[in-house]
Amino acid sequence: MAYLALTPRRRPLVARYPSIAIFLGILALFTVGVTVLAEGFGIGLISTSFVKTLGKTLCLCLVALAMDLVWGYCGILSLGHMAFFGIGGYAIGMWLMYARTELIVIESLAAAPLPPTPQEISDGIATQIFGVVGASEFPPIWSVAHSLPLQLAAVVLVPGVLALVFGWLAFRSRVTGVYLSILTQAMTLALSLYLFQNDSGLRGNNGLSGLQNLPGLDAIPQSTISIVFFWASAFALGLGYLVCAWVVSGKFGSVIRAIRDDEARARFLGYSVEAYKLFIFTFTAVIAGIAGALYYPQAGIINPAEIAPIASIYLAVWVAIGGRGKLYGAVIGAAFVSLLSSWFTGGQAPDINLGVYTIQWVDWWTILLGLSFVAVTLFAPRGIGGLFDLIAERRSPDRHGAALGPDAGALREKEADA
Amino acid sequence: MLFVLRRLLAGVLMVAASGLAAVAQDTDAPIQTLLQTHAEAIAKSSRKTIGPAIDALAASGLDDAQTVLQRWQDKEMWFDKETGLFVFAEKADNKTLTLFDVAGGGTIGTAPKKSYKQLKPNSGIRSMIGAALVQFQLNSPDPLTRATALNAIEREAEASHLTALRGAIDSEENPFLKTRKIRLERLLTIRFAEDDDTRIAAIKSFAGDLGVDVRAALNPLVATRIEAARDVPEGAMPLKVGSDALPRDAAYAILVAQDDAPARVSPGALRDALVANIKDDQIAGIQVATLVTDEARADVYGLLAGEGRVAPLVTEADVTASLERFRFFATYTSAPLAVALAAQATLDDIEATVALNQTADLVLDALSLASIYFLAAIGLAITFGVMGVINMAHGEFIMMGAYTGYVVQLFVPDYTLSILLAIPLAFAVTFAAGVALERLVIRWLYHRPLETLLATFGVSIALQQLAKNIFGTQARPLTAPGWLDGSWVLNDIVSISYIRIAIFALALLFLALFLFVMNRTRLGLEVRAVTQNPRMAASMGINPDRINMLTFGFGSGIAGIAGVAIGLYAKVTSEMGTDYIVQSFMTVVVGGVGNIWGTLLGATMVGSLQKGIEWLNPSNTLAAQTYMILFIILFIQFRPRGIIALKGRAAEA
Repeated sequence: MAYLALTPRRRPLVARYPSIAIFLGILALFTVGVTVLAEGFGIGLISTSFVKTLGKTLCLCLVALAMDLVWGYCGILSLGHMAFFGIGGYAIGMWLMYARTELIVIESLAAAPLPPTPQEISDGIATQIFGVVGASEFPPIWSVAHSLPLQLAAVVLVPGVLALVFGWLAFRSRVTGVYLSILTQAMTLALSLYLFQNDSGLRGNNGLSGLQNLPGLDAIPQSTISIVFFWASAFALGLGYLVCAWVVSGKFGSVIRAIRDDEARARFLGYSVEAYKLFIFTFTAVIAGIAGALYYPQAGIINPAEIAPIASIYLAVWVAIGGRGKLYGAVIGAAFVSLLSSWFTGGQAPDINLGVYTIQWVDWWTILLGLSFVAVTLFAPRGIGGLFDLIAERRSPDRHGAALGPDAGALREKEADA
Repeated sequence: MLFVLRRLLAGVLMVAASGLAAVAQDTDAPIQTLLQTHAEAIAKSSRKTIGPAIDALAASGLDDAQTVLQRWQDKEMWFDKETGLFVFAEKADNKTLTLFDVAGGGTIGTAPKKSYKQLKPNSGIRSMIGAALVQFQLNSPDPLTRATALNAIEREAEASHLTALRGAIDSEENPFLKTRKIRLERLLTIRFAEDDDTRIAAIKSFAGDLGVDVRAALNPLVATRIEAARDVPEGAMPLKVGSDALPRDAAYAILVAQDDAPARVSPGALRDALVANIKDDQIAGIQVATLVTDEARADVYGLLAGEGRVAPLVTEADVTASLERFRFFATYTSAPLAVALAAQATLDDIEATVALNQTADLVLDALSLASIYFLAAIGLAITFGVMGVINMAHGEFIMMGAYTGYVVQLFVPDYTLSILLAIPLAFAVTFAAGVALERLVIRWLYHRPLETLLATFGVSIALQQLAKNIFGTQARPLTAPGWLDGSWVLNDIVSISYIRIAIFALALLFLALFLFVMNRTRLGLEVRAVTQNPRMAASMGINPDRINMLTFGFGSGIAGIAGVAIGLYAKVTSEMGTDYIVQSFMTVVVGGVGNIWGTLLGATMVGSLQKGIEWLNPSNTLAAQTYMILFIILFIQFRPRGIIALKGRAAEA
């Protein structure tokens, strides 16, 4: 993709990259198709729960896009982006849960002889929400939960600020490569362990639930709500793709790829490597937060297990299988692996009878996934997206790690340095 | 036939013998006389009146008194309905009794049951008798009986025991029992002695004693009651309202309880009062629908109170005024002031000693946790620290080692033998797994650390699921041999379980093994050569492939042994590896990559940090882990290369 930086005239983004138009076209067709087939406004061929699965998959594609930007383009293997995803979910979940519980509490207090005071309403909501962890008061973290605009701001700001602070600390002390990965994993672990406590203020391992019921919209059937969320997810994915494509095009994109390929060289050329990395890290954390805020109302429940490091590892798996360094690769990987995964673990895949042993995919799918991940890393580092390169015959020679001299003992080109 | 005859003969002989031995009852024996003096009380068997009778028996100094008390307690004492004489009796059959003399216990003969009445002391009386018996037991010639009696007193002490105990100290010969008796005497003195000076002396003698029994004896003495009055009486400790000992609300509650101030109207009571006064959607002329704030409600309530229909509202100003009119003070309720103060001083002193010992216990805990982390990390110190290979499946190797131990125990029931077998077997299994992983995956990725990380993640996911498929999701036990059960108890506070000591020893052993292999063997030399410069090493005739394979296998094998050790004290599950992988990497990174002493320091730091945070915020291991990880993230900011950073050429290798 080196030719990108050399384009002399500024033609429109979409014209320069036909893949953007193709992707957006496919996404639009897919959205229209699902809308027609779904129950909400169409002929009802697809069940509501499957529409939700598709909507959730689109959100996962969006977070995979963010992961591809930070890892595939900038070379930062972050194992914390599912934590940002979860934070976005928690932020929107708090408002959903508060607003819905508020309606329920007001309704139940309406029968009382005296009109309720604000304090009584607040106490009632707190008891409803926190009774399960044995508390009856709002922790400070819920102080803006009553306000949708503020919680929506939190969806963007909390992951953003967390990524900014963490990234600033990590990048300024030149933590790179595997060390950074382990550090982000530790951050994710710390966050999920913290949320697992009952006195974290977010209901401990119960998490937030009932998020699929939008406050005040009980009259609207889930089939309609699910298709609206599907549209929102599709729109977010389309917009996210455009923005990411814009970010990686042009000079900025060239610099972050240069950082990925040789950080020291980029620094010596005078680029402020830390600032670039910090921007990408924070920006993708915000995308992840937004994706999470769209995902969890469709999933209906969020708990700390969703933030555990393994989730972020799976995110890396999707992007690797899809093909990193290509935006459409990340989307394909996330969609393909997560749908396949729900097909296998949902018990729909046929068992294989070997005579002495029957392979039940519910048990064996994870092993297959793990091994295919190893295989992709070893044999097909370009992932599924690499197939498109073959088709397009645009494959540039991969000189990474190639020997510089004629014989085996010669110096090698440096790898994407760790 | 012969058999029947012989039994017949024996029966006849026995009857004859008992007939011969039967002697007339000694009606004038001192014990019988004493019993007759209290016959009425004994026969009445009432807890209220029996006291003097038991005391008289206990104080009589008669040899038979103990037996009489004992058998009376066991419901074996009867009396003749006509003469009122007391005897011991056993039921010979349904209608006859075998009688024994209360004096000396000699057999008297048999008698029809209906002419005697059994004494049936109730449980209250039996415990009184038991208390009286204590003094006999305390002087019993059998040391076991004496120890049992001491145990009984420790469990349930009574004022009467004190005298008995004091009388039994001088005659005690067993030094161990004597120490116990003296200590118990002092404890009972604290609780039951009449004389304050004796009590204070006994209290002071316990300064710095860690025993739980001492605190149990002292704590009731310092119970206080807080009261309020216009003036603080003599000997009471004044308290300030709003201090920790007396919060404002508690102080006002005391005033209310003493009827010195009106009770506050709770929000609930206020609401109920308002509801009770609703008329035509109005309360005191105000529309109910307007009462949507607490202030509005309070105003309406004020109107009602003004009409005299409800109790007036107590405002904060009223509360302050009431509190200012009174002085608050605490008085000791269950002991005279001097005794209570002495008890408080001794308790404070004990508290200081307890804190000191708790610190020691904490240090031991931290050391033991550090050795577990070290054990988990030492394999990683080889593969990651020395070779620079990121192996995210390291935790799964620990898990494989633990499961190997479990499987060995399935086949070898003897725990000691099975552990001895499991250790080499776990090494072999994980060594093989490590070599396979190195050959199949890692070998191709030596120059791509991020890819190594990813590929080993894949292996880790697959291995975890495989273990789940084979062994199920429930935790499997790995039982330690019996000689590792229990703890090494230094005192009531400081103790450490033998398993943790064993793990500590194992960690030291591994440290020695690592140092030996790396610095004293051909393999270590070659490993260091290959890690520093593989091509140069190759040109010296070392096969780098083989060395890499063996080193990786060695590191994995040690992880397997660590798995057996960890499995002994934690449960074996398919996910146990994930619990250790991040901590292990942290340990290695914090300590400084490539240096075993750094790993040791890192483990010590991580372990003591975690225990220290747990101590600050007990009952919350999750929070401790969270804060520890955050601390490590910050620590890496200041020492990115760890505690012991390699310098010069070694750092570039």
